[in-house]
Amino acid sequence: MINRRFFLKSSGLALVGGSLLPNVFVRMADASTTRGRKVLVAIFQRGAVDGLNVIVPYGDQAYYDARPTIAVPRPGSAAASALDLDGHFGAHPSLASLVPYFRDRSLAMVHAVGSPDSTRSHFDAQDFMESGTPGVKSTEDGFLSRAVNARKEANASPLRAVALSPALPRILSGSAGAVAMTNVAQFGICGGKASGELASSFESMYAEAVAGTLGGTAKESFEAAHILQKSDVAGLKPDNGAVYPQNPLGNSLRQIAQLIKSGVGLEIGFTDVGGWDTHAGEGGAQGQLANNLRNFSDAIAAFAKDLGSRMGDVVLVTMSEFGRTVRENGNRGTDHGHANVMLVLGGGVKGGKVYGAWPGLAPQKLYENRDVAVTTDFRDVFGELITKQLGVPALKTVFPGYEATPSRWRGVMG
Amino acid sequence: MFVQICMRSTARIIATALSLLLLAGLTSSDAKLTERQRALHALNRLGFGPRPGDVDRVMKTGVDVWIDQQLHPEAIPDKAVETRLAQFPSLKMSDSDLLRTYYAPLLMARQRMKQAASTAADNGTARTDPVELRKELLKDIPADRRPQIPFQELTAQRILRAADSERQLNEVMVDFWFNHFNVFAGKGIDRYLLTSYERDVIRPHIWGRFEDLLMATAKSPAMLFYLDNARSVADPANRPRQQPRVAARAFGRGTFGGGGFRGRGLGAAVMIRPPRAQSRNQNRNRGGLNENYAREIMELHTLGVNGGYTQKDVTELARVFTGWGIAPPRQGGGFVFRPQLHDVAPKTVLGVHFPAGGGIEEGERMIHILAHHPATAHHIAYELCQRLVADDPPPALVDRVAKKFLATDGDLRETVRAVIQSPEFWDPQNYRAKVKSPFEYEISAVRAMGATIENPMAIARTLRQIGEPLYGAQPPTGYSDVAATWVNTGALMNRLNFALALAANRVPGVKGDPASLIPAAAAADPVSSVDALAVALTGGDLTTQTRDTIKARIVERKAPEQDPWANTQLPTVAGLILGSPEFQRQ
Repeated sequence: MINRRFFLKSSGLALVGGSLLPNVFVRMADASTTRGRKVLVAIFQRGAVDGLNVIVPYGDQAYYDARPTIAVPRPGSAAASALDLDGHFGAHPSLASLVPYFRDRSLAMVHAVGSPDSTRSHFDAQDFMESGTPGVKSTEDGFLSRAVNARKEANASPLRAVALSPALPRILSGSAGAVAMTNVAQFGICGGKASGELASSFESMYAEAVAGTLGGTAKESFEAAHILQKSDVAGLKPDNGAVYPQNPLGNSLRQIAQLIKSGVGLEIGFTDVGGWDTHAGEGGAQGQLANNLRNFSDAIAAFAKDLGSRMGDVVLVTMSEFGRTVRENGNRGTDHGHANVMLVLGGGVKGGKVYGAWPGLAPQKLYENRDVAVTTDFRDVFGELITKQLGVPALKTVFPGYEATPSRWRGVMG
Repeated sequence: MFVQICMRSTARIIATALSLLLLAGLTSSDAKLTERQRALHALNRLGFGPRPGDVDRVMKTGVDVWIDQQLHPEAIPDKAVETRLAQFPSLKMSDSDLLRTYYAPLLMARQRMKQAASTAADNGTARTDPVELRKELLKDIPADRRPQIPFQELTAQRILRAADSERQLNEVMVDFWFNHFNVFAGKGIDRYLLTSYERDVIRPHIWGRFEDLLMATAKSPAMLFYLDNARSVADPANRPRQQPRVAARAFGRGTFGGGGFRGRGLGAAVMIRPPRAQSRNQNRNRGGLNENYAREIMELHTLGVNGGYTQKDVTELARVFTGWGIAPPRQGGGFVFRPQLHDVAPKTVLGVHFPAGGGIEEGERMIHILAHHPATAHHIAYELCQRLVADDPPPALVDRVAKKFLATDGDLRETVRAVIQSPEFWDPQNYRAKVKSPFEYEISAVRAMGATIENPMAIARTLRQIGEPLYGAQPPTGYSDVAATWVNTGALMNRLNFALALAANRVPGVKGDPASLIPAAAAADPVSSVDALAVALTGGDLTTQTRDTIKARIVERKAPEQDPWANTQLPTVAGLILGSPEFQRQ
């Protein structure tokens, strides 16, 4: 059949009748895939990114009233201004490298999303978001660890869940055996010619019961190291001409892409990036946040380009502990707020849309008279992704004490 | 049938063993550490682990006497370290000298680069490689005025003091209190302000009253800058009617707060300017409240996150602290209160009412109140017990320590003493029970090896790999003090690699020799070397399993003729011991 998709696309109908089309990654023809293994990649923006300046509600006059010096101008109203998404929201101009994916319907946003807990403490809010149990401090493990455990697999790869970070983050801590590393190439015992023997000495030392909590940790480390050394993951170069920016996030995403491409069994990739706590001198279309967002956007765009058609099996999602005040503060910055925005990119994503019920920014609509109200619980976004992308059959153990019913999902994925 | 009996008896044996264990658990408080264990425990928890011979020395002095000495560090001679540190000139400089010496050249170089870059852009010869750009930027700065010097020297002194100072408990508490009042070196000029922050704010106050320490941090340029309090000013509607002219000028030009070099000569070069809108030719009424510090002083420094404050308390406390700022460097660069920027409207914080027209005394009073609050006592006691006793400290102990804190007007020496003299501190179940932080782990390995640190930056680099770069905690929370944070896959692998590298003299600039730790006869024999090094490096706290594993490695090594014993294997044994589960704990 003469490619109806091709016809639609070339006739320009794609722009109008976009809903007929799946997102760009699904449409990609040459399928060098991840062998059907679905992958979820999460990026934590630590420090609370100012979601209102990431996905700008430019249709809200209240946004401009509240931010006389740091607002991102309406699309087309200035040299550097918001990039229109849907007539009401616009992307920060620093997201220019990601906006094409929105137009290709592979990138979606969920706005006014967050945790129902009212804390404005970075530490507590991150803790609650990573444990997946807002308000409950006693939860010992992270919800992505529980998501791994919720779908048992025989002979599971020790690299099912990997965090690109020096220490295992809260979100992946627990019995799932997630592995943390900063350098895929150097993960393992470095002892010259005797490396192998030394590794097995340590292995048996740590296998003994005496190692206690250290024991389990070590086992996972050594198994992961064996696999990485066998598969030469680190030798994989970026594909499709992708160029990762020289920053920590670019570095992490490049390595997550290597893990995905090498087929070592990655299902959950996680990394984090700081620098979002813009209490002062935040900037608008340009400045501090703009620079951070450009690094952020370019790293994610390079990741998507690198994986190419493999992105059909990958979903990348971003998160941050809370949003920031609607009103700018006395230092051209913003203080700790409430709801925020999440980006969801990848195959299976019904992109090209800003999801969520927008509460508006009128004073009476604000949470505690200062912040964007939460209209979507972050667990409903993750619940949908964990179910549809990772095939977890039930969310009861992933989000204990939360009724994560599909009726509350936003339908971000098809 | 036989099988069944066998299973039954196995089950009985297991049950007996379990009840014995349980019994051991219940009665462990009655069990006592030996004197040698007490000395080792004290050296591990109240210091960065023993050097060769330390356990014997402490036993000879008497454990309790040694602890008492450690509680009065000012009376302990520490010549060797002090002499070594004298080679670092930046450690003695004031903030303004530091900025002038090391920061101003950088700013001027940046200015030159900017001009060169715009010319290059016009000619199409612009460089983009960040490494090249950095090289270009630094090439005209004299070697002794390089911008990285203060931070490197600060890092070096912390590492050298932890490793070599006789005042071990002092260094443990510096680590603790710096972390409690964390300031991140990566935030702007804090890289330069940290020298005075640690030297003048943290170190002189950690054995005094908590209130004084809290006040010193509140008024320190490093903290004022890090948590944005220097930028938090009253809403224009709430400022005093009469704006004193002098003060307005001080604020308009050459103050700390943000921004950078304006090309007005050296004076301006080292100054951080207030938000642009507040400069002379613009509307001076801009600028306002910033909640960052007000929240963190209650959440992290005093009451704790569940200390009973509200968002309204945070906002009102931020108003209380308006006007607290940093003086221009030419006026010393220290703390300054600017009444014209203080919020003089009435406010209420934690039920304390401040009528209109107040000044700096409002903030000082709140600091007094916060420092003496029961929630603060509990928070501080909990953190101290977590650091010194157990990740999950016994509530009864925390309560007792909190009471001591309140009863002694927040006397930190007495509060720490209460922790150390508690039965819980000496409870055998807390012996070698706490996983070392990366800093504790690396320094304790260096000390155990009796190694010399010729180049402290080598240690700084490996700390970065292990995940605890010094002065590198970005969030105000600082680093975690519990095992779960540090005992995980990636971090553990890095620790093992550090152990192997250190023992084999592969950490550049750190020199040690495992052969020097044990008698020559033991060093000559593979199997007895394991036992001897186990004693030397862990005080003998190495399980039989671990020893056997290491011995097996030595005996079964492949191609022993190419892998001769004496030179290569002793470091391997030492590396395996330093990497063992036992040495991960203190």
